[in-house]
Amino acid sequence: MTHESFIALQEQQAQQKPNDQPKSVRKGVEGEAKPTRQAEKKDEQTPPVSQAAAATRMEAFVFGIPQDGLSKKERQVPLDEPPALPPNSDLTFIGKPTPRWDGPQKVSGRGKYTADVHLPGMLHARMIDASIPHGRITSIDTSAAEKLPGVKAVHVIEHTMGIAELRDPKQELPSKYPVIRYAGQPIAGVAATSPQIAEDAAALIKVTYDEMPFVVDRQAARAEDAPKVFPGPADAAGSAGGGGGPKDVRQVGNVHGPQLKKIGDVEQGYSEADAIVESEYFTQVQTHSALETHGFVVDWKPEEITVYASTQGTASVRDEFAEVFKVPKSQVRVITEYMGGGFGAKFGAGNEGVVAANLSRKASAPVKLMLDRRQEHINCNRPDSHQKLKIGAKKDGTLTAITLTSYGSAGVGTGAGTAGPATNLYKCPNLLTEEYDVFINAGPGAAFRAPGHPQGCFAFEQAIDEMAVKLNIDPLDFRDKIDESPARRVERNVIREKTNWKNRRPAGSDQGPVKRGMGIAQSVWYRFINMDSSCEVRVSKDGSVELMSSVQDLGTGTKTLLALIVAEEFGIPPSDVVVRIGDTRYPIGPNSGGSVTAGSITPAVRNAAWQAKQKLFAVAAPKLGTSAENLTVKGTKVVCKDDESKSFTIRQLASKMPTSEISARVTRGPEYAKERLTYGGVDYVELAVDTETGRVHVEKVFGAHDCGRPINPLGVISQINGGMLQGISYALFEERIMDRNKGYMLNANLENYKILGAREVPEIHVELVENYIAMSSTDAAGIGESAGIITMAAAIGNAFYNATGVRMRKIPMTPANVLAALGKLEPGERA
Amino acid sequence: MSDTPKIEVSRRGFLKSAGLTAATTVLDTATALAQDAHQAASHGAAVGPDAVPIKLHVNGQDHAVTVEPRYTLAETLRDHLNLTGTKVVCDRGSCSACTLWIDGTPELACMTLAVDAVGRKITTIEGLSHGEQLHPLQAAFIKHDAMQCGFCTPGMVMSCAALLKRNANPSLADVKHAVSGNLCRCGTYPKVFDATLDAAKHGTMSSHLLNLNPAKEG
Repeated sequence: MTHESFIALQEQQAQQKPNDQPKSVRKGVEGEAKPTRQAEKKDEQTPPVSQAAAATRMEAFVFGIPQDGLSKKERQVPLDEPPALPPNSDLTFIGKPTPRWDGPQKVSGRGKYTADVHLPGMLHARMIDASIPHGRITSIDTSAAEKLPGVKAVHVIEHTMGIAELRDPKQELPSKYPVIRYAGQPIAGVAATSPQIAEDAAALIKVTYDEMPFVVDRQAARAEDAPKVFPGPADAAGSAGGGGGPKDVRQVGNVHGPQLKKIGDVEQGYSEADAIVESEYFTQVQTHSALETHGFVVDWKPEEITVYASTQGTASVRDEFAEVFKVPKSQVRVITEYMGGGFGAKFGAGNEGVVAANLSRKASAPVKLMLDRRQEHINCNRPDSHQKLKIGAKKDGTLTAITLTSYGSAGVGTGAGTAGPATNLYKCPNLLTEEYDVFINAGPGAAFRAPGHPQGCFAFEQAIDEMAVKLNIDPLDFRDKIDESPARRVERNVIREKTNWKNRRPAGSDQGPVKRGMGIAQSVWYRFINMDSSCEVRVSKDGSVELMSSVQDLGTGTKTLLALIVAEEFGIPPSDVVVRIGDTRYPIGPNSGGSVTAGSITPAVRNAAWQAKQKLFAVAAPKLGTSAENLTVKGTKVVCKDDESKSFTIRQLASKMPTSEISARVTRGPEYAKERLTYGGVDYVELAVDTETGRVHVEKVFGAHDCGRPINPLGVISQINGGMLQGISYALFEERIMDRNKGYMLNANLENYKILGAREVPEIHVELVENYIAMSSTDAAGIGESAGIITMAAAIGNAFYNATGVRMRKIPMTPANVLAALGKLEPGERA
Repeated sequence: MSDTPKIEVSRRGFLKSAGLTAATTVLDTATALAQDAHQAASHGAAVGPDAVPIKLHVNGQDHAVTVEPRYTLAETLRDHLNLTGTKVVCDRGSCSACTLWIDGTPELACMTLAVDAVGRKITTIEGLSHGEQLHPLQAAFIKHDAMQCGFCTPGMVMSCAALLKRNANPSLADVKHAVSGNLCRCGTYPKVFDATLDAAKHGTMSSHLLNLNPAKEG
C-alpha cells in the first residue's frame, strides 16, 4: 500500500463517529468496505456494543513524552472500556523487557512452521515456472509427469495472481494459458508422494513458448520503442500489506503514471529560496528473502478447507481463498502457528496457495507446496527507483519548495512510489511530487517494510543534509527548524547527548586512505488502525486465563505483547497467560502490515481482559464478603480497596465461579480522537570508508525511536535492530541482478544475492522514547516500518559524505559503486 | 539417474524376496543392510537409485528409515523422522539454517546425504535440550531475545553451542566467526552475540539466565 492509500484508509476510519459500528476493512489499497458481521456482535456475555458504546464517560489519560514532562488529556471513552492506563513506570508487566512467550519452542525446534506441517497422507508439491521472460505458451504437456509413479495430481494455472491486469483484456489475443510476462512466472504445480518425486515430475512437464521481445531494465523500458510488457494500460491490485499503485492513471508504453501531488506553487517557492539543491538518486531492487519461503499446506475437504499458511494475515488468506474458490468464508480455516518471516510480502493465497488447493482437491489428500529459494527471490521485491529531487530553502532554514519526480519498477506490478518522506517528514508550503511506475519483465514488487520509504528517504534525507551544508547549519539543528514532530525533537536531543555527534568534523577530514564520518537521518511512518481487531478472553474455574484471536505472530512478538496486556489486567505472570492466535476459528484479528498490529489489537485485548475481570469480580466478590467495586488488581494481587491487607489471587476468585468459564469478546472501537499521527525515529551512523578498496564499514549505529507506549521494550528493540540491519544490508550489499540478454534473475540464491551477515554487524544502541498519545486504551503502536529500515541508506549516505566529502547517490554502496563515485575507476572500467 | 551404477542386489527386491513378517526382523535386516549400504558407500561402491534401508543414530537413539540415496540428511530428518527443528532455507549450503552436529562437529544437513550419516552420531536441535531442561545457551537465547521469526534460530543455537563446547570463554570475534555462515533475515545477530557471551559467562547455570516473569524479580 502506498502511504497515500494508507492515509486514505486511515481517514476513512477516523471519520467514524464513536457510535459507528466498525466499518471499513481490508484488502489494503482498495480499502474495500465490508459489512460488519452482526452475528458476532451478539455474543451473550458481552454487553451489546451499540448500547455500551452509546454511553460514555470522561477519562483523563497520561499524555506526552516523559522528557518533556507528562500531562493529562481528557477523552470521551465508552463505558465498557477500562480506566486509563498509568505511564509504564507505574505498571507491573507492561513496559518491562519480557522474554518471548514462545521462546522455549523456538530455541528447541519445537515450534511448527508451515514448512514443518506434516499431515497423514500428505503429498508434496512443486511449482513449475516459466523459463522465458515474455511470450505465449503454445503447449503444456503433463502426460509424462502424470505417468511417473508416485505422482497424484497436476494442476495448470488458469489465472496468474500478482501481475498487473490489462484495463481492456481485448487488447491482447485470447489465449488458453496466461501470457508469460517474467521468467519464473508460475505455470503449474505437481503433487507426489515425496518431494523428490515431485521434483522429478516437474522436470518432465514440457512447456513450449512463442517468445516475445522483453525488457528487464527500468531505464531501457522507458524508451518509446522498448518492448511493451503489456499491450495497453494495466493496473495492479495491492495486498493487505500494500503494494499496488494508483489505478486509472495515464500509461504510455511501459510508463504508468504519474501519481501527482501538488501543494502550493513550487516555482513561487524556488523564487523565494536563498539556496537550492538538486540531484538524482538511484536505488536497486531488494528481495524480501524471508527464510521460510512462501508456502501452504492445504487439506481440501468438502466440509472445510484447512489451510496452513506462512502468512502475515490469516484473515486475508481466508478471504482470498473464499473469493478464488467461491466458497463461504466459514468453510475456510487458516492456521499460522509459527511463521518464518514475511516483511510485507505474505498476505494472500497467492499462486502457490491456489495451486496447492487445486492439487489437494484433485488428489483428495493434503498437499504441501513451499516455493524453493530461487522462486522466493523472483516472487516478490522492493521496487527500484530513479529520483530527481529539488529542494529550496531560505537562509534561516525554512523550506520553501520540494519537487520530486520518481521512476521505479515493480516489475510486472505497480507500487514503486517514493514520495512518502518528501511529503510527510517536514513542513513545506510548496510541494510537487510525480511518481511513475515502469513495467519491466521481472517479478512483481510487493509491500516491503515501509513501502517506498527507504528509497525516498535515501534521496530526501541526503538532500536535506546537502541543504544543511549549503546553509552552513548543523544537520540536527536544521531539522530542529523544519521538523514539527515533538518525538523526533526529543530523539535528536538523545542523539546529541549519547553519541559522538559533538565531535563531528568537517567533511573529508581524514588524510589517510581510510576515512571516517558520521551522519544521521530521520524516518516517518503513520498510525494506521485496522478495525478488524477482535479477541476473546476466557477465565476458567481453575484460574487459567486464555486469549484468542486470529491475529498472527510473524516473529515480531505479537504473542508476548498480548500476554503482557492480559497479564497486567489480571496481575498474573505473562507466561501464565495462554495465548492462542493464528487461527481463523478465533475472533478475527488484523492482518500484520504497515505496523498496524500492536496499535489495532492491543486495545481490544485489554478491553476484553478488563471486561472478563469485571465479570469475575462480580460473581466472586459476594462469596468473599466484599463487593466487585471494592476489588482491584494491584501488582500481582487482587486487593480490597478499603483494606489493602485483604488480598486474593485470581485463582481464589475463579474458584468461586458458579460456571466453568467466564469470557468476554471484544471488537476494537474507534480511536479516541480524530488526529493524524505519525511515528518515527532518528538514526545515527558512524562508518569508515576505505577509499582504496571502496569498502564501506559501518562501525556504530545509535537509534532513538518512538512507537506510542512501548509494551515490550525487549521485543521492540529486537525489531529495531532488525530494521537497522536490513537497512544496512540494503545500503551496502543487496541487489537483484537481471540478465539483460536472457531476461532472468542471475543471483536468485543466497550466495550471490548478498545479505548482511554476522561479520558486518556494527555496534548497535537503541533508545526508546515513550510517547503517550491518548488514542486507545493501550496507546500501543507498531514499530516494524519505522524501525531503521527507512533511514539507514540515507544515514550511511550522509556519513559517507562526512567521511569523504563525496555524495553517494546510488545504492548499494558496493566497492565498484563507491570507487566510481570517488572517481577512482580507470577509463573504460564500469561500476 | 538411470546412468548411476547399481550395486548388485536390488535392496527393494531383496526385502521383498526375503518375505519378512515380524517388524523386529525388518529392523534387524534394515540394520544389516544399512551397514552394508554404509560399507558399500565407504568403499566407493554405488547404492540406489532405489530406496535403501539405513539406520541413523540421532539424539542418542537409533532410527531405521528407508530412503533413496539422493535424500539429504535434512530431508530425511524432517520428512521421515519428524525432526523438523532442522530448517531448510537455501538447500545448497549457503545459509547454515540446517546446522546440526555430526560426531560433535557442526555440519550442514542439506549438504549431507542421509546414507553418508550412517554409523555417525547425529545431534539435532531437538537433542540439545533434555526434555523441559533447556541447554544453557537456549536459555540465554530466550533471555536476550536472540530470535524473532525463529527460522534461523535452531541453526544459530547449534553453531553457538558447538563454539561453547570447543571454547568455553569465547570473544565477540569468536562468536561472530562461529555464526559467520548463519544467515538471519530478522537481524537477531547482536542478541545472538550477547546470548552466547552470557551463556559462556554463566556456564551451566541456566536458572541464572532465564526468568520468564520479570515482575517476580522485583
